Amino acid sequence: MSPPLLIRGGRVIDPANGMDARADVLLRDGKVAAVGPDLRADGARVVDATGQWVVPGFIDLHVHLREPGEEGKETVLTGARAAVAGGFTAVVAMPNTRPVNDTTLVTELVLSRARAADLCRVYPAGAITRGLKGEELTDHGDLMAAGCVCITDDGRPIMSASLMRRALQWAQQFDVPVMVHEEDLTLSAGGAMTAGEVGTRLGHLPIPPSAEVAMVARDVVLLEEVGGRLHIAHLSCEGSVRLVREAKRRGLRITAEAAPHHFRLDHAAVEEHGTHAKMNPPLRLPSDVRAVQEALADGTVDAIATDHAPHGPADKLVEFDKAMNGIIGLETALPLTLELVHAGKLSVSRAVELLTAGPARVFGLPGGQLGVGAPADVTLVDPEARWTVDATRFFSRSRNTPFHGRSVQGRVTHTVVGGHIKYRNGEVGGSL
Amino acid sequence: MGNLLSIAGWDRAALEAFFPRADAHLALLGNPSRPTPLAGRWVASLFFEDSTRTRVSFEAAATSLGLHVMNWSAKGSSVSKGETLLDTARNVDAMGPAAIIMRHPSSGAADLVARHVRCAVLNAGDGTHEHPSQALLDCFTLWKRWGGFAGRRVAIVGDVLHSRVARSNTLALRALGAEVVLVAPPTMMPAGVEALGASATHDLDAVLPTVDAVMTLRVQLERQQHAFFPSPREFSRRFCLTEARAARLKAEAVVLHPGPMNRGVEIASAVADGPRSVVMEQVTHGVAVRRALLEMLL
Repeated sequence: MSPPLLIRGGRVIDPANGMDARADVLLRDGKVAAVGPDLRADGARVVDATGQWVVPGFIDLHVHLREPGEEGKETVLTGARAAVAGGFTAVVAMPNTRPVNDTTLVTELVLSRARAADLCRVYPAGAITRGLKGEELTDHGDLMAAGCVCITDDGRPIMSASLMRRALQWAQQFDVPVMVHEEDLTLSAGGAMTAGEVGTRLGHLPIPPSAEVAMVARDVVLLEEVGGRLHIAHLSCEGSVRLVREAKRRGLRITAEAAPHHFRLDHAAVEEHGTHAKMNPPLRLPSDVRAVQEALADGTVDAIATDHAPHGPADKLVEFDKAMNGIIGLETALPLTLELVHAGKLSVSRAVELLTAGPARVFGLPGGQLGVGAPADVTLVDPEARWTVDATRFFSRSRNTPFHGRSVQGRVTHTVVGGHIKYRNGEVGGSL
Repeated sequence: MGNLLSIAGWDRAALEAFFPRADAHLALLGNPSRPTPLAGRWVASLFFEDSTRTRVSFEAAATSLGLHVMNWSAKGSSVSKGETLLDTARNVDAMGPAAIIMRHPSSGAADLVARHVRCAVLNAGDGTHEHPSQALLDCFTLWKRWGGFAGRRVAIVGDVLHSRVARSNTLALRALGAEVVLVAPPTMMPAGVEALGASATHDLDAVLPTVDAVMTLRVQLERQQHAFFPSPREFSRRFCLTEARAARLKAEAVVLHPGPMNRGVEIASAVADGPRSVVMEQVTHGVAVRRALLEMLL
């Protein structure tokens, strides 16, 4: 049994427990043992957190670890390294691997790779439909029993309304959230970026916001009709924000996440960053960015999730319309979130909540808070540290980010998972 | 050595300085003893998409300047073996051309290549983005007529959404001080064209008496499958520049078309071949404009 860990003298921000005060945090046997002033513990290892924030470990509901199948882009190990470097103690791994995580064999493979990596917690997401084809449901109960925490065909929509309705019904038996990538393919077909003046100038054919909004509307209708739990992935535009806000007001079991790129960048980024600003959903208009920011603040959005999507040069150093969608996000999520704090759009505690308790609640995951008995997953942040994002130093195997070279403030200094330091000031390891 | 990727980098002064140079080249076209200042060098003509006018025009311009032209087309090349655009372009670049003249179906393709090769890159049309040499020859044609652009108003009519010609011409005409009105059915009008400095309408008949020139755009008939328009017939009812419509133009107004034409769809034969048409002038001017460009950039 390893010695207790005493994190001393930091500002403990634990929104789930209404705490924001200078305190010590004692971790013992993989749990939070005590939080309070002037804690003592014989034989404890001490981390001096003076001047730092001590917050629950971040939880990312939406990452692509690419294993099995595309290990050249990322593996469970390299993704977990990127995660702890970004302050994440838990990530949810999307099922669009090769093969797809639509059977327990793949679920078990991801879990065994995660155990071997021994860095952060990795929760697999199972597919809603076999092969992500949108035709036949997977065995949701089997996938849940094997360790999946949600089901999703992420990257693809469920185009059949009837199949989506059945998925919401079937999944209810296991109280599993159905996470959806909202995109009406008949509306987005042929498009490469958001409809607007930038796309018009660059000659990239338009994706209208209705491609997302119409599907959110459909699924809210289905949810209301048949019940279940609906989680909207990467909410990106004003119309969707309105629908989710309204559905929540009516008490439907709907949650939503937003990605840092959708609240920090608008379509103008395509001009500067080219394919590194090509996403699905696409970067939207400034009015959409403001709407997502407001949704983060007012609770319409429950969680910040990165949609960490590693791609190599073969997928990005190509014509815009042929490039793959997405960027990596694990190692830049914190400073990008803090930009909203610095701009006065989010309180510190709300920002922390969106990275911790918020996502934990969405999928019912352990952690996300520092109450006694909670998992000993803790992140330390130096809120004053100013640094420049350098993608060449990322722990992720991929480099696809439009944020390379950006000057930011706020940096993860330590990431503690289960009471063990997995990341410390630029170093990742099993026993730091 | 410079690139020609977009009209966006051309301001009014650059355009106004360019037209007399193109005019000087126009005067040399029929002269068999014209100088060949670029002799001994060569350019690669990389067409990933079909073309008649632009390709032949660039080649005629290049050879008349003494350049050798190496022809390449996607059909029968390693593109069919899955070679990427950048690999193709870098390999050609490594053979040492003075320039790559390229047409490609993806918007931004010329810009991508230009950032990864040493030679000059001339964009001969990239997707639905730009076709800068076309805009230069169109504006040169109008400059020859008008001498200047102040107070002039130009309508660009048809499938603006998918038209690189419309984008490049809007930028060039606005830079020159002309007014631009884009006329398209709502399904073929891109968002936010006001940001380009153009106004937008779908009422061609209201626009015609107000303009000094009409540029008709080619309708890509395959777009009908995607319901951008119900039928060529319905499209032409509303947007074809017919004789009756042309009669409502100002007396001196001219009609342009970048080709290839769908006669009877966006332009009636009687107009295309009629007294207002400057289509053949455009084609001739194309060679002069491309000579001027090659001499300037290489």
